[in-house]
Amino acid sequence: MVKVPERATPFFEYAPAPESRSIVDIKASYGLFIDGEFVDGHGKSFKTISPSSEEVLAEVAEADESDVDLAVKAARRAYSRTWGRMPGSERAKYLYRIARIIQERGRELAVLESIDNGKPIKESRDVDVPVVAAHFFYYAGWADKLSYAGLGPDPKALGVAGQVIPWNFPLLMLAWKIAPALAAGNTVVLKPAETTPLTALLFAEICQQADLPPGVVNIVTGAGATGQAIVAHPDVDKVAFTGSTDVGKAIARAVAGTKKKVTLELGGKAANIVFDDAPVDQAVEGIVNGIFFNQGHVCCAGSRLLVQESVADEVLEKLKRRMSTLRVGDPLDKNTDIGAINSAEQLAKIRELSEIGESEGGERWSPPCELPSNGFWFPPTLFTGVTQAHRIAREEIFGPVLSTLTFRTPKEAVEKANNTPYGLSAGVWTDKGSRILWMANQLRAGVVWANTFNKFDPTSPFGGYKESGFGREGGLPGLAAYLEGDR
Amino acid sequence: MARIDVKKTYKLYIGGQFPRSESGRSYVVNDAKGNLMANAAQASRKDARDAVTAARAAFGGWSSRTAYNRSQVVYRIAEVLEGRRDQFVAELRTSEGVTSARANAAVDAAIDRLVWYAGWADKITQVVSSANPVAGPYFNISTPEPTGVVAVVAPTGPLLGLVSVVAPIITTGNTCVVIASEAHPLTSITLGEVMATSDLPGGVVNVLTGSVAEIAPWLASHMDVNGIDLTGVTDPELATSLEVAAADNLKRVRRAPDGEVDWLQTPGTDRLTDWLETKTVWHPIGI
Repeated sequence: MVKVPERATPFFEYAPAPESRSIVDIKASYGLFIDGEFVDGHGKSFKTISPSSEEVLAEVAEADESDVDLAVKAARRAYSRTWGRMPGSERAKYLYRIARIIQERGRELAVLESIDNGKPIKESRDVDVPVVAAHFFYYAGWADKLSYAGLGPDPKALGVAGQVIPWNFPLLMLAWKIAPALAAGNTVVLKPAETTPLTALLFAEICQQADLPPGVVNIVTGAGATGQAIVAHPDVDKVAFTGSTDVGKAIARAVAGTKKKVTLELGGKAANIVFDDAPVDQAVEGIVNGIFFNQGHVCCAGSRLLVQESVADEVLEKLKRRMSTLRVGDPLDKNTDIGAINSAEQLAKIRELSEIGESEGGERWSPPCELPSNGFWFPPTLFTGVTQAHRIAREEIFGPVLSTLTFRTPKEAVEKANNTPYGLSAGVWTDKGSRILWMANQLRAGVVWANTFNKFDPTSPFGGYKESGFGREGGLPGLAAYLEGDR
Repeated sequence: MARIDVKKTYKLYIGGQFPRSESGRSYVVNDAKGNLMANAAQASRKDARDAVTAARAAFGGWSSRTAYNRSQVVYRIAEVLEGRRDQFVAELRTSEGVTSARANAAVDAAIDRLVWYAGWADKITQVVSSANPVAGPYFNISTPEPTGVVAVVAPTGPLLGLVSVVAPIITTGNTCVVIASEAHPLTSITLGEVMATSDLPGGVVNVLTGSVAEIAPWLASHMDVNGIDLTGVTDPELATSLEVAAADNLKRVRRAPDGEVDWLQTPGTDRLTDWLETKTVWHPIGI
């Protein structure tokens, strides 16, 4: 085996390649989008900042209970008067329109997403926004084909859907929620995360451009209390939530004893399992993608690397070398691999768990990398010598921090991979087909990526086992989550 | 002199065996006329936990059986039940005070329901799976897998009601812990005898008798239970508190029905899909 250097010598230096901000027009303040109009809220307003510079981007209205009530009433009116009665073929055309406008305004959405969220422009441009458009395009086509969904001849919409989404993929999570809900004939009240409201508000503008009937989509900005008001509202028929397992449990309790339908897409602690026969370079790319994509702010991130003992040294050496080439910095720079951590609060959590990782005996390593002085940053970080008892092997860090464990046999890999209350995703790297299928069967996780990782598609159902939540988004199950029919 | 008949001791059905309640408790079960039928075991928290342990232990083996094999085992339960139909008709008439015609209809329907679900074991996957045409060079399929251990509060019908909720759970590879009808528990234990002699591995179905209000909360909050079926819960407050407790580990919850369920109707597939997870597998395509 050739000894690889600890750090690759760069062949050349990168010149800055920033994407222009001029395409985006951020207003000084934003209201709530209720019944087709932007209105002032009754609550206070809050600031949304750029996590890469801490610059204040805009003042955003905080919806209180009465605002949420207005939004739900608008959604109910739209459901009973327009959207719920409209032929599916007409609903479809609105959704196709929205998909097209998203494509047309794709660059604007990508830049705004990177500014507000901190994610690299190459991800918002090449992953988030295209997949958002694809979601609307995919579900648009379902709107007039519901009788073919396997739910009987005439499945019915549920009514008003209350949807609460996280900050890690603001626009993509909006699309996962709104596209199937609308295709099925529901109307929605959606709350974006308080740190990333801007693309949802731009989406509201897109709804106006598409002439979507008022009240079909309502966007209420705010924090936890606004979300609680949506979940608790008696006229909400369906609650869809993506976010932390703790909040998911609180929602499950809040809807107990009601008729509300619920889908929850929650946390994860995915194992990314590398066998000794895996193509190492590809596996290393997959490990990097698995944990450093979107700064590790990914519920399905491959945050536990399980590597077979016989190849652990080789894999870790190559991984370190690859990590040394990752570029951390300006989210709008097209060469950036890792952007800013979304908030000071999240950065504090990542730091705390990483320190606990060290104090519990894990060996911490990061490549030398210069972090910008303003904003929230955390270097790509690798922990070795981690055991299953360590908190960094059990708890979701939701940041660019990888915990490495080793195994000897496939059975041991399965036991370690499944030894978690979560069950969202898993990765398997091996050249042996029968082993891939055996592993895929054994892993208690909703998504198994074999010889790939972090792939998403509107046709492909996504969601977890166990405490990673219930229900699926994407594909036919994602549509069925917004329909009542005969099975 | 008339022969003294041999009366049966009704116990619990846990892990393929018929233990008494570890608490040593029992409660009087009367027939429809108010005469003593038997003392039923009154299960405790510990019994419920033992039953969960048995169900968890059975899950790996049962869920990895082939669908064809599970289908045959569920069908076998129907065969054995058919052979003992007179006993069940008699028990139902005594305990519920129903007519011979109604008791016969319930037994017929219970047997037919088992046959119906048996046939689903190797078909539901085909009905709910999908090959997903993702926008890239990837093989991508979604298939159902059993959720795990399901706790069940069975409805009042000790035979047809119980069969109707349990059969779909086990057909798909789950295992379960069932709290039998509190008012008519004995027939459910006799049904346990049928299951115990039908090649159903011990622990796949576990039957507890006793107080729903006492036992169900322990199952609802149990961290090694994956789902809870509240079909037999008639008290809305208890149903809400069980659903709240179930959130501790995000159990899948099937809520209690709105009104009376007509168990004689052919069911849909929702009781099968309620206890299934969707697993999506991706793999690149290339040469």
